[in-house]
Amino acid sequence: MLEVIFYGIIYGSIISLGAIGLTLVFGILRFANFFHGDLMAGGAYIAFFLITGPLAWIGLPGEPFGTTSFSIRMIIAFPVALILVAGLSVLIDRIVYKRLRQKGTSSILKAIAALGISFIIRMLIYIIWGPDQIKYFAGARRIAIHLPFQIKVRPDELIIIIIVTVLVTSLHLFLRYSRMGKAMRATADNMDLARISGINTERIIIWTWGIGGALAAAAGILYGINVALNPEMGWSFLLPLFAATILGSIGNMYGALAGGLIIGIAQQVSTLFLKPTYKPAVAFVILILILLFRPQGIFGGKQS
Amino acid sequence: MLEIKDLRKRFGGLKAVWDCSLRVEKGSITGLIGPNGAGKTTLFNLITGFYKPDSGEIIFKGESIHGMLPHNIFKKGIFRTFQITREFNKLTVLENLMIVQHPQTGENIWNTWFLFHKVKKEEMVIRKKALEVLEFVELIDHRKEYAGALSGGQKKLLELAKSMMAEPEMVLLDEPGAGVNPTLMNKLIEKIRALSKEKGMTFFLIEHDMDLVMNLCNPVIVMSEGRKLTEGSPDYIRSHEGVLEAYLGGQYGIDPQ
Amino acid sequence: MIDLQGLLSYFTHFAIMAGIYSIFCLGLNIHWGYTGLFNIGIAGFFCIGAYTSALITIPPPTGVYANYVTQVFALNLPFPFGVLGAALVCGIIAFLIGIPTLRLREDYLAIATIGIAETIRLIFHNESWIANGVRGISGIPQPLSSLVDPRNYNFIYLGIVILIMITVYILIERGIRSPWGRVLRAIREDEESASMLGKNIFAFKMQSLIFGAIVMGIGGALFAHYNKSIAPDTFTPLYGTFIIWVMLIVGGSGNSKGAILGGFVIYGLWVLPEFITRYLPVALQSRAPYIRFLIIGIVLELILRYRPRGLMGEEKHVSRLLK
Repeated sequence: MLEVIFYGIIYGSIISLGAIGLTLVFGILRFANFFHGDLMAGGAYIAFFLITGPLAWIGLPGEPFGTTSFSIRMIIAFPVALILVAGLSVLIDRIVYKRLRQKGTSSILKAIAALGISFIIRMLIYIIWGPDQIKYFAGARRIAIHLPFQIKVRPDELIIIIIVTVLVTSLHLFLRYSRMGKAMRATADNMDLARISGINTERIIIWTWGIGGALAAAAGILYGINVALNPEMGWSFLLPLFAATILGSIGNMYGALAGGLIIGIAQQVSTLFLKPTYKPAVAFVILILILLFRPQGIFGGKQS
Repeated sequence: MLEIKDLRKRFGGLKAVWDCSLRVEKGSITGLIGPNGAGKTTLFNLITGFYKPDSGEIIFKGESIHGMLPHNIFKKGIFRTFQITREFNKLTVLENLMIVQHPQTGENIWNTWFLFHKVKKEEMVIRKKALEVLEFVELIDHRKEYAGALSGGQKKLLELAKSMMAEPEMVLLDEPGAGVNPTLMNKLIEKIRALSKEKGMTFFLIEHDMDLVMNLCNPVIVMSEGRKLTEGSPDYIRSHEGVLEAYLGGQYGIDPQ
Repeated sequence: MIDLQGLLSYFTHFAIMAGIYSIFCLGLNIHWGYTGLFNIGIAGFFCIGAYTSALITIPPPTGVYANYVTQVFALNLPFPFGVLGAALVCGIIAFLIGIPTLRLREDYLAIATIGIAETIRLIFHNESWIANGVRGISGIPQPLSSLVDPRNYNFIYLGIVILIMITVYILIERGIRSPWGRVLRAIREDEESASMLGKNIFAFKMQSLIFGAIVMGIGGALFAHYNKSIAPDTFTPLYGTFIIWVMLIVGGSGNSKGAILGGFVIYGLWVLPEFITRYLPVALQSRAPYIRFLIIGIVLELILRYRPRGLMGEEKHVSRLLK
């Protein structure tokens, strides 16, 4: 049981990374971003491209360190992919959403546009990399370290938790102490008020997309390391992401973090008595329960 | 007609409406004034069921309507308009009025399939009434336009037309004069007076335009910091010292909007 | 002469499929076009409709075949029962989804419908006792098939599809161009304001959700009987939901004629590249369906950006009495 919960935490921390980005976009831009999951997939595949493409051509070694899946190529590809996906998100905003905002388009039409973008990203992945499952390293290392309480853990999983902790902590510091971070929180609270008080909302929107995109890419790559890459991974993350976001109250980063962990653990625990393929359905059931009993989420005082 | 007793509503730390008690007499045109943030619109939202009061009572025609859903309060005979008009943009002006009629046979989908002729007949009656109302508020030439395409002043008239269509016993008007030009404003005042006199409708209206209030309303209720400050004839209010003070003080108060 | 025959049968096939998709579009138009309900789980109703009708009409498996098939029931009833059953089950499911979601923000309904569609697909995928799991069921009977030569059967089926499409169209138009539809459109414009006018928002939204879902279920049933075999993987978000949204938005939401037009135009756009992708390099040919979906996705973004009303847009004077 403890072991299952531990795996749930690893899986949940990946959901959390995605959900934090989603909740920021949801809170600040006010629409359900249905391509957030596909940004995760996009990040994972871009890292794969970097590892097998440019970084290989310049002759960097692809051998992983020790018993991990991390090679020097991966260490370089990881931040580069984050930056590229952040840029991609901002680019999507400039091409699609800036215009929709100016026209005062309803949040639902924005969400439909997001649905369209999600399919475009997924189709591009299918066209470029094909429908089959891909792994970063063919001979993925499965050697486990034994922890107390009979928990067996792969070095990769420890590294995943460390990376998630570092990213979440830096985001926390950013939101709490930097000018931009404070402005973002203010905007998430009340867009109109923020605009009146002279906060440059366009810049905040760019930062929001950038951070959301980068976190999504990180989540996607970590999932790719832990499990594998496939073109449908973005879609299959959609329900857990939204469940975590709504559970943790929209716009609340810490809520999304907790929500992600709760969903991850619940999904993992469910595999004790359900087929693992039902995982998305577990997230869905939790989502329905939240909507029924506490639609404002566990961290929200405000009624939606 | 309407009686409010010790009504309370708070939003977080803000006491929007606090121990508010007041009465609106049948057939009157009662004005409600007060500085920004006095809780006037919140009071309207409480009466019409948009917000649930924390405590207190709302009694309409001797019956408590506390905590009822908006559509049921409408059925009791209270109609309200909004500060910022809320017409159905992509329905035509005529449709905006016709929808007000309640109940309608044709609002049941089975009837539209199996009682089509009855629905059709009823539509003709409703349409006739709506056209009469449009004639009265002089919007008849705009009947085929989208309501969203009307000017601000015309939208105010449309709101008034809706309240005529509904034939409620009581109408709550939230700033009917805001953004309306003087000519239209006089027309509006005239219409409200006519409705009150001819149909015996009770009006309860929030207004910032003092000329309009003093000209139209009697009595006038002054609200400040979530409760009734005083009440009286326009002359009495004009000479009341506390009212001016409340307005001046109100500038530094908290504005919930 | 032979070519003409082939062309005719191809167009019949095209018209049947486009017609079935138009029916989904009509259903979605009730939800989105007229009421503003954000349903992105069409695939779920599609799937349920198809399976329900299939299980109601299929004969119980016999002989060797029976060893390979498991299904919860096989009623061997005539086609109309299948369609009615599909409609009924979809209506009930819509009702159940409506309870937790219709009082909440519209995007919550969207997320919930995604969830229900995925869950339905997962259940048919994993629970093979219901309808043979991943392998799906085949041998779904076709109505009136004994009347004609199998080669000409599609003409008959096209007739059935068109007949049902017209019936659905008339029922929708009657409802929409009447006070009922007026309330739905008012709810779409401003829910709170409509409730101020004494309209029970939840009840109207629920009726809209159920009606649209019933129409989608009928579409699913028609698909099953045309295809003769169905498997859970047919009902993916791409094929079962996304393409229908694009059809409606391109055709013009809030306009039933637009919904049908969009169904035919986008289905055309979907099959047209089939002729072109044949000439692609072999390596790319296996990826052709994705390229086709990519095109559809780009069309959606362009329409949203440059012509959000779609090809036809909403009619201004909806009520037939207010000319």
